Amino acid sequence: MKKAILSGNEAIARGFWEGGGHFANAYPGTPSTEIVENIMKYPEIRAEWAVNEKTSLEIALGASFAGARSLVAMKHVGLNVAADPFFSASYIGATGGLVIVTADDPGMHSSQNEQDNRWYALHAKMPMFEPTDSHEAKELTKQALTLSEQFDTPWLIRSTTRISHSLTIVELGDREEVEIKGYEPDFQKRNLLPMNARKRHQAVEERTIKLREFAETFWGNRIEEGDPSIGIVATGISYQYGREVFPEATFLKLLMTWPLPEKLIREFAGKVKKIYIIEEGDPYLELHLKAMNLGVEIVGKEKIPMTGELNPTIVKEALLGEKPSYFEIPKIPHRPPALCPGCPHTGVFYTLNRLKANVTGDIGCYTLGALPPLSAMDTCVEMGGSIGNAFGIEIAEAMRGIDPRKKKLVAVIGDSTFYHSGVTPLMDLFHNNGITTVIILDNSITAMTGHQENPGTDIGITGIPKRRVDLEKLVRGVGIEYVYTIDSFDLKGLKELINREIHRQEPSVIIAKRPCVLLPPMKKRKYTYAIANPEKCTSCTLCWKLGCPAISVTKDKKTWINPDLCVGCGLCIDVCPVDAIQLKDPNADNARKAGEEVLGWVKKQDQ
Amino acid sequence: MGKETRSVIIAGVGGQGILLASNLLSEAAMEAGYDVKKSEIHGMSQRGGDVISTVRFGDKVYSPIVGLAGADVILAFEKLEALRNLPYLKKEGTIIVNDYRIDPLPVASGYMEYPENTIEYLKERVKTIVLDAKELALKAGNIRTMNVVLLGVLSKSLDIPEDIWLKVIERRVPPKAIEANKIAFRLGREVAENAEL
Repeated sequence: MKKAILSGNEAIARGFWEGGGHFANAYPGTPSTEIVENIMKYPEIRAEWAVNEKTSLEIALGASFAGARSLVAMKHVGLNVAADPFFSASYIGATGGLVIVTADDPGMHSSQNEQDNRWYALHAKMPMFEPTDSHEAKELTKQALTLSEQFDTPWLIRSTTRISHSLTIVELGDREEVEIKGYEPDFQKRNLLPMNARKRHQAVEERTIKLREFAETFWGNRIEEGDPSIGIVATGISYQYGREVFPEATFLKLLMTWPLPEKLIREFAGKVKKIYIIEEGDPYLELHLKAMNLGVEIVGKEKIPMTGELNPTIVKEALLGEKPSYFEIPKIPHRPPALCPGCPHTGVFYTLNRLKANVTGDIGCYTLGALPPLSAMDTCVEMGGSIGNAFGIEIAEAMRGIDPRKKKLVAVIGDSTFYHSGVTPLMDLFHNNGITTVIILDNSITAMTGHQENPGTDIGITGIPKRRVDLEKLVRGVGIEYVYTIDSFDLKGLKELINREIHRQEPSVIIAKRPCVLLPPMKKRKYTYAIANPEKCTSCTLCWKLGCPAISVTKDKKTWINPDLCVGCGLCIDVCPVDAIQLKDPNADNARKAGEEVLGWVKKQDQ
Repeated sequence: MGKETRSVIIAGVGGQGILLASNLLSEAAMEAGYDVKKSEIHGMSQRGGDVISTVRFGDKVYSPIVGLAGADVILAFEKLEALRNLPYLKKEGTIIVNDYRIDPLPVASGYMEYPENTIEYLKERVKTIVLDAKELALKAGNIRTMNVVLLGVLSKSLDIPEDIWLKVIERRVPPKAIEANKIAFRLGREVAENAEL
């Protein structure tokens, strides 16, 4: 048997390939991104990036209508975006096997909340698998494709950061080729007019009874015999933590967690003296088990933390009261993530900070503009939230008689986020007579998740021959009259433009454009760096306020620029009032020049 | 083999090549016949933030991560990150620290001080191996081999044969960088051989 060490995400991709998958798509989101990224490597499968999760699921559902085995992957909050088709898909069922992967982020490594998406399975009555390692992730994905067709239902696979981003050993299998059945209309099944939907709901309830039976004998749900004094119920990564801490206990390992195998649970409860339920996040299993009146003591969230990630040490302390003996350390500086040296967003946030604007923000690398010293973003709610939030503030201020222009309101949103869900609120703002200024940070790529193309990505950047949405035309198409495209590094121009537009009694959109400095064509070049002259530096702190990771302060409070990190973008040169900073070699390649070349142009358009 | 699970934390700053290092380690451990699990974090934490990757190997590994006082060895690519992760080291564990400083933003922008005497602080408490990996990487002929220098040091604390390490390096690094990486690995290994613990 061929073995490989794969991440959970790579394993899901492999399972989809082995299971005869035909079509996959996703909107990138940590920790789910690498699923479709890896599926793209298999030539038998068509895989692509979708504009958002709702669209992604709608397309995959359509592919399933036509009998293609399909997969969509998203982060936990992505399923909120896709929730509407998700619930309908449960009623409609699956012609071609349809797997929906939700990758949750307990501990919020890269998310705005730590919602537990297992409730979605219960809520939409959609069967769910939860793997405990990469091998199971692969096997369950593969099997879910067939089961989806057999039970006529989309199948939810719930992963978490530690499953998706942990590498464990996987036994590889071959691909099973399956034909795409082809589209046949089925009005009663797929057109959810109330008259049809009522029947479909009935079908869902009947399906649930069959799924419950299946869960009882499914190989992934099983009792692992051991010491009967403690019985552990666990799924997902928590199973591994439980095994680590209680190697001798009796386990009920559950890989299918909706619907639950109630007979098996009762059998297990009859074997043990006390049940510990180890689960990250919400008391999902616990509520089910406690409602079953099992006649045995159940310990769960009264001991296991409700927030954050678990690990073996936390489980041990929670359930056994054993505190680890560890080295305590003094308080040391945090190392928050930061915008990269040469990041095009830096200049925009620096300017917003200087202008003391009230900024509603959005999701992406640029959310880091909220952190000191840039400190130029007040809010970050969800994908596409910035424009609506700013408009709401404008409305409330106007209603209490304040000229909203005095509030210096700016909504900041990235290009990918704007395509994802920023166009609709912009239409709302325009139609309902809003005047808020919107800045679209256009770095021509979805950067935070590792450079996935989006509808506006220049073909020159990715080499992928696809049609490109013209951002400026799109914004003008909404009806916005004041639209400007400006170089993100033009600090003087940005300051004048933003200051003028926030005082305009009309809505305006500023597209601040420059390619991400980490894009392959940018990254592979060798750049010169900037040097600060300590003789000239007056410690005025202006360049420190750029928040550039390459800029530090020496012991005698002078600017020092780390040549290993600096890419010579020159923003610090622009802000220095005493000309204390210079490029080491002004004629050598630098990130500013490179950005202009990679993009082909950076124009400033004024009206 | 009858080997207990060994837990290694590789810690540093986003962009230092930590994920490549932990990939090489997990492949070497798998090649040596162990069960292996590795955990890493992608996303926001990679934009110059602190990054850790955990690798565990042995006869049978359950959890891919460890909690407080859970690691046998910490391999720190930067000294402040060595200190930050010290609570995750077993009291009898070993810390390998690169004498290299990258100022985090609160230090760079003048809000906080970078702690002095980090290495002395570690030495007073725990088995510590200190090296200047940048210098050794330059000696190996390529500054980007810093992570492999550090793996070389680590390799001496783990029960994985040297030839397996070299095989994995050959397989995983770009062809033109193989020689430099092999030299880097040996230079690191020598540091560990000469270290007085």
